Amino acid sequence: MDTKILTRNLHVPDLQEIGVYESLGGYRALARALKELSPDEIIETVKKSGLRGRGGAGFPTGLKWGFVPKNSGRPVYLCVNSDESEPGTFKDRLILEQDPHQLIEGTILSAYALGCRLAFLYIRGEYVRPAEIVERAIAQARDRGYLGKNILGSGFDLDIVVHRGAGAYICGEETALLESLEGRRGHPRLKPPFPASVGLYGSPTVINNVETLANIPHIVNNGADWYASIGVPGNAGTRLFGVSGHVVRRGVYELPMGTPLRELLVDHCGGVRPGRRLKAIVPGGSSTPVLTADQVDVRLDFDSIARAGSMLGSAGVIVMDDSTCMVKAALRISRFYAEESCGQCTQCREGTEWLHRILHRIEGGRGRQGDLELLLDLCANMKGRTICPLSDAAAMPIESYVQKFHAEFDAHIREQRCVIRDAPPVAT
Amino acid sequence: MRELSPSARLRIEELSARYPHKRSALIPSLQIAQREAGYVSEEAMVEIARLMDLSPNEVREVVSFYSLLHQQPSGRYVIRVCTNISCQLCDAEGILHHLRCRLGIAPGETTPDMKYTLLEVECLGSCGTSPVMQINNDYHDNLTPEKIDHILDGLQ
Ligand SMILES: Cc1cc2nc3c(=O)[nH]c(=O)nc-3n(C[C@H](O)[C@H](O)[C@H](O)COP(=O)(O)O)c2cc1C
Ligand code: FES
Repeated sequence: MDTKILTRNLHVPDLQEIGVYESLGGYRALARALKELSPDEIIETVKKSGLRGRGGAGFPTGLKWGFVPKNSGRPVYLCVNSDESEPGTFKDRLILEQDPHQLIEGTILSAYALGCRLAFLYIRGEYVRPAEIVERAIAQARDRGYLGKNILGSGFDLDIVVHRGAGAYICGEETALLESLEGRRGHPRLKPPFPASVGLYGSPTVINNVETLANIPHIVNNGADWYASIGVPGNAGTRLFGVSGHVVRRGVYELPMGTPLRELLVDHCGGVRPGRRLKAIVPGGSSTPVLTADQVDVRLDFDSIARAGSMLGSAGVIVMDDSTCMVKAALRISRFYAEESCGQCTQCREGTEWLHRILHRIEGGRGRQGDLELLLDLCANMKGRTICPLSDAAAMPIESYVQKFHAEFDAHIREQRCVIRDAPPVAT
Repeated sequence: MRELSPSARLRIEELSARYPHKRSALIPSLQIAQREAGYVSEEAMVEIARLMDLSPNEVREVVSFYSLLHQQPSGRYVIRVCTNISCQLCDAEGILHHLRCRLGIAPGETTPDMKYTLLEVECLGSCGTSPVMQINNDYHDNLTPEKIDHILDGLQ
């Protein structure tokens, strides 16, 4: 069965135009909700639907919304996290560019549920064209009375401000995003207090990922039970899997949660390139621990991937075939986190640099006895001790590469050279 | 003269009004300044600081944090090449090598005629169509050396 929710209309020409989106039933969920549903009813529906956040951690969305205090006397803010900077992740861009109204409708519905009158869409600075597309769509929605004052005569007011980032991976972390939005360096904040009580300008704030919010119109339209029936228990709905690397057909695939990894790779992506063999899969963006080829039957949902020792994260699936040097892959990833550490916490600032230095010498044929133990020791000390999880995000993949491909790392050190690059292709 | 133009100043004032706190308009204002001059000049930082009721140092501190804000003039075409993991797996190294040879500069450098700046950057969010580069605002993906030559030949 073809269960597409977020991408089912992407083949329709000019979907970015509000008239086209409306002709496909767009903004009907909003019109109905404003007439028939109270904010609390929407929160209840989202809770019951089982929707979990698509930004990385998989936190239940309705539960998060429920943490926002009622009548705090302060404004409530909603931030749409469109920072999408985790290497291997490119799915939010698809929605921003191709179906922006779906996201805008989801944002309006969510803001209504939260009692928010001003929402921010924080979009990474490189996404210049996507930002233009979204701005244009917002202007159209305002013209149609879906944004602005007294939306569709309901008395509810809302505006959405598109805020462009300026190049910093850390600003995808929710509290760094808030700092950046306040006009500062993207330095994550200590939690608690959580943004739901003390967020943007000290006010209650909800931060949600693009894909998370794009699901809301469908949940409001079709009901919590419908949504919960898709996917597997505890992991409702579909997921946008962005597949990159060594497969025949790369791209974004929307599949129900719990789809076997093998099905994604073989049936949808056409397997690895001809003459090659699958070696490793990173399931959820570069910060998630690597899976080996023998784990290809794992199911793609938060809980199954966690049981397999990794994380579904951003669902950016990076596929590596047997031509890949794992030392080189680890080196590139370590360089990224060293570059992007904001520098506030010592473990992260020093740890990411150190990991990078050690991997650099191993890759360059200058690895030393004891380097692998040193890497693992460093990783262990970088986890769970910092203001934000960037330090964990840097340590987890390196730890997994070294553990799962220990012999390959070892050979690099012993032979002082890459043992993969010269390897001949293997026929499948 | 690297000060803000009157129209930039006006846009910054309009922008400030969109936010509950005007400091939120700081980064967008710096982006306006950069769009106008090609980089964020010292004069622009001082002026923006004044408009936002901040000290120039508070502004400098923000500018130096963000990789898309430049404090030096760059070429007319800024070429950002992603070499992160998904691109690396699809030979971003070869792409970067080709650009270095063709432009005669290393990443981080600008050609003497100020036409090109070459930068090696992190994931651009285009991993499924790698290797990829961004020239000013536009992405170019599924790159090959031939495709790069064709794109660069078309730039004035
Ligand atoms: C270093 C770091 C980078 C992150 N980058 C992003 C990002 O680019 N986009 C995103 O939606 N969430 C990102 N997150 C997760 C956010 O902090 C936050 O959990 C998420 O936006 C919440 O939305 P959700 O509940 O809808 O998933 C990042 C987290 C960390 C620690
Ligand atoms: S890794 Fe190059 S665009 Fe994502």
